[in-house]
Formats: sequence, C-alpha cells, structure tokens
Amino acid sequence: MIDEHTKNNHIIDYGTYIFVWLGLIALTSLTVTISGMRFGNYTLFLALLIAAIQATYVAANFMHIKTSEPIFKVFVGVVVFTLIVIFILTFIL
Amino acid sequence: MESNESFAHTESHVHRDGEGVKIGIWLFLFAELVLFGGMFIVYTVYRFKYPDQFHLAAMEMNTTFGTINTIILLTGSLTMVLSIAAIQRKNRFLSILFVASTIFFGLLFLVNKFIEWSNEIGKGIYPGSDALLKKGNGEVLFFDLYFAMTGLHGLHVFIGIIVLTFMLVFLLKNKIVFDNYIKLENSGLYWHLVVVIWIFLFPLFYLIQ
Repeated sequence: MIDEHTKNNHIIDYGTYIFVWLGLIALTSLTVTISGMRFGNYTLFLALLIAAIQATYVAANFMHIKTSEPIFKVFVGVVVFTLIVIFILTFIL
Repeated sequence: MESNESFAHTESHVHRDGEGVKIGIWLFLFAELVLFGGMFIVYTVYRFKYPDQFHLAAMEMNTTFGTINTIILLTGSLTMVLSIAAIQRKNRFLSILFVASTIFFGLLFLVNKFIEWSNEIGKGIYPGSDALLKKGNGEVLFFDLYFAMTGLHGLHVFIGIIVLTFMLVFLLKNKIVFDNYIKLENSGLYWHLVVVIWIFLFPLFYLIQ
C-alpha cells in the first residue's frame, strides 16, 4: 500500500517550486506594467492571457496536474473547454 | 498484548483510496469553477455593455492593494506546496512551519481586504449606498460585482484558513504523516484553486484603469 502511494506521488525539488513561484511573481509584475501602458483593446486580452498562463502554471506545478494520472488531465481539459464554450456561446447567441 | 496484535493487523491492511478521494475533491473544485465562472460571465457581459463606465469605476480601485494581495496569495500557494514536499521527505517540522506560513498569508490577505473594503465603505461606496446609486448603471454594476465576487472569494480564503488550521492540528497530532498526507494534499488543491480564481479577479477589477 505504502509503495503504491509513494509511486503515485512524485517527489519534486523544493527548488522547482521556488522557480515556478518566481515565474508567477514575474508575470504579476509584467501584467501590472502592461496595464500601465495604453494598448487600448489589447490591454484586456494581454491581461487575460497572462492570467491564463499563471493559472496553468499553478495547476500544472502546484496542483500537480503535470505529474498526475492522465484521467486528471482529461478532467481539467474538459472543464476548461466547457467553460470556454459557455463564454463563447454567451457572446454569439 | 492481544489487542496490540490485532491493532497491528488492522493497521497493515488499512485500505486507503487516495485516487478516489482526489477525484472527489477535483469534482468539488470543478463545481467551484462553474460557480465563479457564472459570475465572470455576468462581469464580461456588462463590461462589454458599459465599457466606459467600467473604466471610470475602476479608477477608484487601488492597484497597489490588489498587487500586494496577489503576491501574498501566490506566496501562500508556494508555502502550501512546500508543506507537502516537506512531509513527503518526512520533515514534519518544516511541513508544520509551511502550513502555518500559509495560514499567515491567508490572514494577511484578509486583513488587506478588510482595509481596502473599509476605505471604500468610508467613501460611501458599498452595494445600495446613496453615493453609489447616484452613479451610472455601469458603475453601480462594477461595484456590485466587485463586492460580490471579491466577497465570495474572501469567504473562500476564510474557509481555506479554517481547513488549514485543522491540517496544522492533524500534523501536530501525527495524523498526517509521510505515507498518508492525502488530507493535506487535498486541502492544498482547494487552496490553489482559490489562488487561481484570484489570478483572474485581479486583472478584471484592478488593472482596467
């Protein structure tokens, strides 16, 4: 039982997590800087793009989706896809 | 002696379905995503209907507060995942320290939120206030959505703090150990989801000036 449990739980370096966190902080600074510039309609698009990258980073690394069984990857993919479809349908209907 | 033996016997055959529990918590997280997703749709629809008024209303927002709170939550997310990494390495002390840090960052976030809301309420801006109702429809909607969405998010942070406090007690009582930390892992999943929701709330409310 123990073996099976450890097998399914990849042990990741502390350093990797800290590296991901640094990336997240850098992206936060980037999005704040970009919002200060005036890119007009692109500002919202860029802000949401950066937010999506940050969310993917958190899900993949901190929520361990990257090292999870394929079923969890499929799960997350389906849910995100459904949300995007609902968003698109709201605007075209 | 006999009872000890039977205890050892049960202990070696204990059945834990880590995967099943994990699927359960993910289903709950998806329900949470749909809950917030609905609110994000309402926000997006009205933002496209009243773009100018949303910009005007957002001028009242304090970007510095929002940025600090984003950094606080991201750091809390890091300490959360580090507490799991520590228990995997049988380092109970570090794990306890990191869970306590995560609780601290959660509380810090709520204190910031409290100061921010107090400022706004001090200016007479809160749902249904006279000052707010004198503004245009778009501005009223912006602030109503702001209070509803950050309020619901704040409630989630508060619940997360309570859950993590339980995890801290479990760690102290040795109920979360290196070969059985599913509870800690699942609490972490919830905590990270709360951070992911904030990642989207932040640009939509604080970065549209």
